[in-house]
Amino acid sequence: MRDHLSRPVVAVTGMGLVTPLGFGVAESWAGLLAGRSGIQRITRFPTEHLKTRIAGQVTLPGEEALASPERVERMAAMAAAEAVEQAGIGGPFPGPLFLGMPPVEVEWPQRLALARAGAGYPAMVEAAAGQRGLFETFLFGGIGERLAGRFGTRGVPVSVTTACATGASAIQLGLEAIQRGEAAAALCIGAEGSVAPEPLVRFSLLSALSTRNDEPERASRPFEKTREGFVLSEGAAALVLESLESAQARGAEVLGLVLGAGERADNFHRTRSNPDGGAIIGAMRTAIADAGLQAGDISYVNAHGTGTPENDKMETLGMRAVFGEAPPPISSNKSMIGHTLSAAGAIEAVASLLTIRDGMLPPTINHEVPDPAVALDVVPNVARAAKVERVLSNSFGFGGQNVCLVLGAAP
Amino acid sequence: MSEAIWITGIGLASSLGEGVEVHRAALRDPTARPVVDAASFAPFPIHPMPGLAFDAQIPKKGDQRQMEPWQRLGTYAAGLALDHAEARGLVGEMHLLVAAGGGERDVALDEAICAELAALPPEQAGPLLNERLANGLRPTLFLAQLSNLLAGNISIVHGVTGSSRTFMGEEAAGAEAVRIAAARLAEGRGEVALVGGAYVAGRWDMLLLHAASGGLWRGDWALLGERPGGGMVTGSIGAFLVLETERHARGRGAPCLARLMAVRSGAARRQGEDSARASAAALAEGLALRPGHAVVSGASGMPEPLAEERAFLAGLPEPGPMHFTADLLGHGVEASFPASLALGALALAEGLAGQALVTGFGIWRGEALALLEAA
Repeated sequence: MRDHLSRPVVAVTGMGLVTPLGFGVAESWAGLLAGRSGIQRITRFPTEHLKTRIAGQVTLPGEEALASPERVERMAAMAAAEAVEQAGIGGPFPGPLFLGMPPVEVEWPQRLALARAGAGYPAMVEAAAGQRGLFETFLFGGIGERLAGRFGTRGVPVSVTTACATGASAIQLGLEAIQRGEAAAALCIGAEGSVAPEPLVRFSLLSALSTRNDEPERASRPFEKTREGFVLSEGAAALVLESLESAQARGAEVLGLVLGAGERADNFHRTRSNPDGGAIIGAMRTAIADAGLQAGDISYVNAHGTGTPENDKMETLGMRAVFGEAPPPISSNKSMIGHTLSAAGAIEAVASLLTIRDGMLPPTINHEVPDPAVALDVVPNVARAAKVERVLSNSFGFGGQNVCLVLGAAP
Repeated sequence: MSEAIWITGIGLASSLGEGVEVHRAALRDPTARPVVDAASFAPFPIHPMPGLAFDAQIPKKGDQRQMEPWQRLGTYAAGLALDHAEARGLVGEMHLLVAAGGGERDVALDEAICAELAALPPEQAGPLLNERLANGLRPTLFLAQLSNLLAGNISIVHGVTGSSRTFMGEEAAGAEAVRIAAARLAEGRGEVALVGGAYVAGRWDMLLLHAASGGLWRGDWALLGERPGGGMVTGSIGAFLVLETERHARGRGAPCLARLMAVRSGAARRQGEDSARASAAALAEGLALRPGHAVVSGASGMPEPLAEERAFLAGLPEPGPMHFTADLLGHGVEASFPASLALGALALAEGLAGQALVTGFGIWRGEALALLEAA
């Protein structure tokens, strides 16, 4: 049960999802196969003066009072609970936690509450002094610590961010820990809860977001000619990784394998890939090689596919460079879910495993006007049956951090 | 497969200044003290940024403009480490592991919005907040705030592109970055890694977060061991290390500054028997500590973890000289553990000890130990 580099083979024995399409793997996956959009007009907060007034929202009970880190923690915990239950692991989790999550900071409701004693920072700092709950909520390590406590994971909870590749990085860290023999199992989570006014403004200022506010469900259009930005979204995914040996020894159902991972940083620009595509091509090739495979062994690609003009153009370039004249089908879950940023890589890894399990390629919806520059089979609009053995899942981040995973069928 | 790991480059910038010489000198001099700015953020003393000629490490003004001080400091220190290791030619395949918090907010904008909106009912404040943010936020500020963009800037400015991972979670993130970098090199996934972090102390947004813990030291600066009731003084620190397999370093004739023998981390819940002291004691099991080893402590000044750390250290065999990193640099949160490792390596290179135990007890969570041996 070793791979081509004599490393332990790594299995997936549990999966959990929270997406704008639903709570749980079954509901989210059914939505993806049905080609259903989870994008809506934002209802959680006022949207006057915002250029973008749509998003993929996950509505949580009592959410009016929740800060982003609390939302992230709740969605992560829901996904993790589903994954751990499916894996059949009772009691403390027998390995470390790798959490892909967004950066957090004190937010406007807290800031405005502190400012009632005086609007300058010195006065706000005095008003904050000794508010232990504020401290623990907005510490970067807080979410991981509370999740580690809840699931009983071992060692330091590791929180990671590589922008839009974060979820894939969390899985890669777990994969490596098991391959190194540091752990027999790892709980890998990607979670995002950034649908709030300031993140929307920030991404709008980068001209990254779709402004198709009147047709939310048609706004996310990866690889399509009229695409004009991504749709901010939120959610979480969790995967229980385990050495195949340990999974089989305890009789767990193996849902699939994580065959390899590859990464490559770009040094070209803060929000754009090098025009030669070197880093994304490198990440894709490295992942395939890490899995001991050739490009021709990949049956299907789960795209990064954000729906920005730039990403989809570069991803097309990468696909042609890696796969040549006859690339495998590629589709974007983000056409339905939107871009869940820190969660995306993990959500899409789960979708990739379900694609293999069911032999069904989820579609890229909103494919109305083909882009002649995108010479790819994007599985337009309707899911398709296909035999899928190995999936390459792409994640390319702002800041030039690119991570690709190769997922395979259970043996 | 387990390759020996060397530290072959140190990049340090703190209130003391930049580069290894000024920090070596401070280690040699028992009366050395950090630079203190008591006025700008009163009543909280901080250790300010040194004056740095950013052009030397970040030659493009356009790159400098895309960053705020936190990213500039880190990118600068990363460049110092590359130069110190003479590793500029290795950046294409070099792994990059960064421990990061968040970047600077626009404090003036925050204050203006707070002044206007704090007293308004939420239904009025919400739409106005959108309007003020949409008109007030600078487009470049977001990229200067994103945690992973310190690594992104290091890739852009210095060309480090083998891989890029950013860890979050205060002190523990710094230790995990080093631990995972060393583990990947030891198992043969690459030959050289750049690892570290940066923290800028002179920031009201960060002081607000840390004031909420009740742990910020107020008033006149004092040595960490001489603060009644304890307390933390944050320090501006950029700290990066070049880690390299021994085989690779020997192959290119790079000198060893210190051998990184072990990096271990734990996270006690710090309740009852699950204490930081017990966590650290478990991490120390089997470490080949010799009498007279130096201790470089990353203690923050927070009283509870400091008491736990002292209790842990008291159980070690005949320690030698003890240094609190915070007494020279202040507490640098994510940068604290890399900075303590850097000081430990410099102490060994100075001949102050043959071995150094580096500790990192987080202000809230996380215990980490590293063992360094002289070259």
